[in-house]
Amino acid sequence: MYKKVEKSPVELTKQDFVSDQMVKWCPGCGAHAILAAVGNVFPKIGYRKENFAMVSGIGCSSRFPYYVDTFGFHGIHGRAAAIASGLKIANPGLSVWVATGDGDSMAIGGNHFIHVLRRNIDINIILFNNQIYGLTKGQFSPTTPIGSVTKTSPHGTIEHPFTVSGLVMGAQGTFFARVPDNNVKLMSEVFFEAAKHDGTSVVEILQNCIIFADKVHDHITDRSMREERQLFLKQGEPMIFGKNQDKGIILNGTHLEVVELGKNGINEKDLLVHDMYTRNPGIHRMLGWMKAPDYPVAMGVIRAAPADSYDELTERQIETAKKTSKIQTVNDLLRSGDTWEI
Amino acid sequence: MTKKHDVRALEDVVVKFVGDSGDGMQLTGTLFSDVAAIAGNDLATFPDFPAEIRAPHNTIAGVSGFQMHMGERKIYTPGDMCDVLVAMNPASLKANLKWAKPGATLIIDSSTFDEKAIGKAGYTDSPLEDGALDAYQVIQAPITELTRESLADLEVDKRLAERTKNMFVLGIMFYLFGRDLDKPLEFIRDKFKARPKVVQANQTAMKAGYHFADNTEAIKVTFKVNPAPLEKGLYRNITGNVATAWGLLAAAERSGRPLFLGSYPITPATEILMELTKHKSLGAKVFQAEDEIAGICSAIGASFGGSMGVTTTSGPGLSLKSEALGLAVITELPLVIVNVQRAGPSTGMPTKSEQSDLMQALFGRNGESPLMVMAATSPANCFYYAYMAAKYAMEHMTPVILLTDGYLGFGSELFKIPDVNDLPDINPPMADPNDPYFKPYRRDEKTLVRQWAAPGVAGLRHRVGGLEKTNIDGNVSTDPLNHQLMVNIREEKIARIADYIPLQEVNGEPEGDLLVVGWGGTEGALASAVGRMQEDGHKISHAQFNYIKPLPTNTREVLASFKKVVVCELNSGQLVNYFRMNFPDIPYHQFNKVQGLPFHIQELTDTFTKLLEE
Repeated sequence: MYKKVEKSPVELTKQDFVSDQMVKWCPGCGAHAILAAVGNVFPKIGYRKENFAMVSGIGCSSRFPYYVDTFGFHGIHGRAAAIASGLKIANPGLSVWVATGDGDSMAIGGNHFIHVLRRNIDINIILFNNQIYGLTKGQFSPTTPIGSVTKTSPHGTIEHPFTVSGLVMGAQGTFFARVPDNNVKLMSEVFFEAAKHDGTSVVEILQNCIIFADKVHDHITDRSMREERQLFLKQGEPMIFGKNQDKGIILNGTHLEVVELGKNGINEKDLLVHDMYTRNPGIHRMLGWMKAPDYPVAMGVIRAAPADSYDELTERQIETAKKTSKIQTVNDLLRSGDTWEI
Repeated sequence: MTKKHDVRALEDVVVKFVGDSGDGMQLTGTLFSDVAAIAGNDLATFPDFPAEIRAPHNTIAGVSGFQMHMGERKIYTPGDMCDVLVAMNPASLKANLKWAKPGATLIIDSSTFDEKAIGKAGYTDSPLEDGALDAYQVIQAPITELTRESLADLEVDKRLAERTKNMFVLGIMFYLFGRDLDKPLEFIRDKFKARPKVVQANQTAMKAGYHFADNTEAIKVTFKVNPAPLEKGLYRNITGNVATAWGLLAAAERSGRPLFLGSYPITPATEILMELTKHKSLGAKVFQAEDEIAGICSAIGASFGGSMGVTTTSGPGLSLKSEALGLAVITELPLVIVNVQRAGPSTGMPTKSEQSDLMQALFGRNGESPLMVMAATSPANCFYYAYMAAKYAMEHMTPVILLTDGYLGFGSELFKIPDVNDLPDINPPMADPNDPYFKPYRRDEKTLVRQWAAPGVAGLRHRVGGLEKTNIDGNVSTDPLNHQLMVNIREEKIARIADYIPLQEVNGEPEGDLLVVGWGGTEGALASAVGRMQEDGHKISHAQFNYIKPLPTNTREVLASFKKVVVCELNSGQLVNYFRMNFPDIPYHQFNKVQGLPFHIQELTDTFTKLLEE
């Protein structure tokens, strides 16, 4: 049988996952919130604590494994997804989490990122998107908005940035969620959904780098903007947002459109209803693409489409082969085919 | 068999089958070799296929070949020059005649020598008519036509008739070597069992070829190769790449650690990946990665997870894996890296063999990054050395690079099948789940090896990674003295493996005038050349190295016991310079060749003779 992650016999608390290492992120960094949310959700997920494994690459995000009291692997730049793939395939009884950043995953590790998604290996990727290389002190990253002045773009970047959701869904990702770093409650809920999903899940955190890219997400995440600029997606519910819950999203022809409820005869039943589980990525792509100020930015689980995971298919093939093959030991193998006595 | 010809007994014979890509030369050569093996000959084979998948018909670029060397004595190599050359078209004759010994027997399909094909091969006149082959024993026949005629009653289509001409040729060859057809006909039946028509056509063509040979006057002498005095036992034919794959599977079984292969296709290593994908029933997990880096990184992840992580590649792939190799060094996780070497630099000549990655294996990483380096020396012993590479990797918690090469990987020889249970035990240093004092970098005092603690066990929670760690506790540290300590420990840990590897053997007297040194895949050629010169009474011996880092503890003693030492390598001098680093007081001679070709016996004996005379 396919080995699922073992549950903890006792209820764990946030404290169980606090490691003895000093947290060395800058005061005010968005990463602290992510650590807090992981601390909230790991006990709720309910696995034995030694069955969690944290894997990271390089960058500020990648210090994460030191701060969680379980098994950790701090890899090399860009390769966390590849290391985690091997770990999960080899040891499917683990709940494998990757902490990575926009530079780590989308630049140097871009190839591994798209292929882990295509294969749908059951790992959870927390993508700290602060739109900057922090640990190397302020160079632009693949998600830095065009025109931004950084240490390596004194005249403004001339590169078109990736939209994380677009890359995830373009790579046939089955799970994508987005959360601002100042909403630990939503983050915890989303992590829980990510853990539940059988396959690769990507959770993009709009994370603030207080030193090198301060306030880059403020036009979306600032508390004063939150209601107008964020759309909180809930399964089976119409897409409504705004301070007075008076705006919504409809599908007009081939694109999404913001409408005001009560105007032009529009009411709630005209709005799109969120279905994160549909396999068809069309609406999910459009939701992921929505950008301020023309649209609210979609938050929560945008896509959670069911699909076979690579690790489960691996186990099934092995199980079948073990049942049906004549070759049960290496001695059988050595003596198979053409052999002769001398 | 009617005895109307003279029969000449041969101690050993080299046969080469060459033809156009579609002529089925690999199958022909394999079948001929299998029959020789069953008849008790020792043998070695090497396929020589074109770099192109389907090169234009009848061109030199499209020539595919298969060379085999069989004998009544120990056969070390697929041979240099051939005694019998079977050429199915003008281009294959043109490309290979230079590899035929003077006076060699040539078997030629004259049906294919039309004006167009002769021109495409680069001949101005037909070599069958202009006297170019006068120095050879030529058996020429319109083989394609004769095959077609032999199948006239079977109502097979023209294409199938065309494709069975290789079996007609085999019929001639079996007659020439006095083999009966029972076994080959059985092989054909088994090989094509799903297609009775194909079985019938191939069998008919083979019989027709045999009868043709029996009746033609062109054959004046037939050959006989007596069985070799092989050790009793169960045998099979095996290529180096398959032997490598099986050795890894054996190590996984004996160690109790599941095999995980992370690999990316690359010539000439891909066959190991392909072979391992077949063996899910043995629990092998094979991950065809998106690139070389993911291949090694997934294997490292798997090793962290408690599996025996392996990655297989060739030179350019090893370059890509360099950074991750350093990660495996600093995390002190077991990892086997198989490098089936090919001619470089860069893409180089992917299908040609070379030994030019030794320095890369030893030193090709940033920082002080020691790991174990070893080499297999024959196609069959790839099994044993792959097994041992995995054993050392696990028992000493280190990456181990196993160097083979395209010549070993594609080449085949007889393999005496061992009982897996007779192989050395493998005891990975698994951490005790109940050890209250577990620390990730606590070490065995004697070996300096840390323990292997896979996730999932409550008491063994720890972190590893690419940042320098404190010894014992494994916390991140930039302390200068700790770094010095860890650098020293990592080097010493590898050095101490020397106590667990065998002493270097010398073939021949332990002292003398000349020691011939080689490593890896050149063993067959060097042993043959040295053997010949020993027979002639020279005080010459041979040492072939399997263990390069660390070196066997008696290496200095072996080297210092001879008046002269010559290090022979298919590179510009990599082992010899490693020796100069380690044992600078010994004067070395070197013989190097970097042509993508193996050593020829003659060039070796010439070199050694000269060194002995100087």
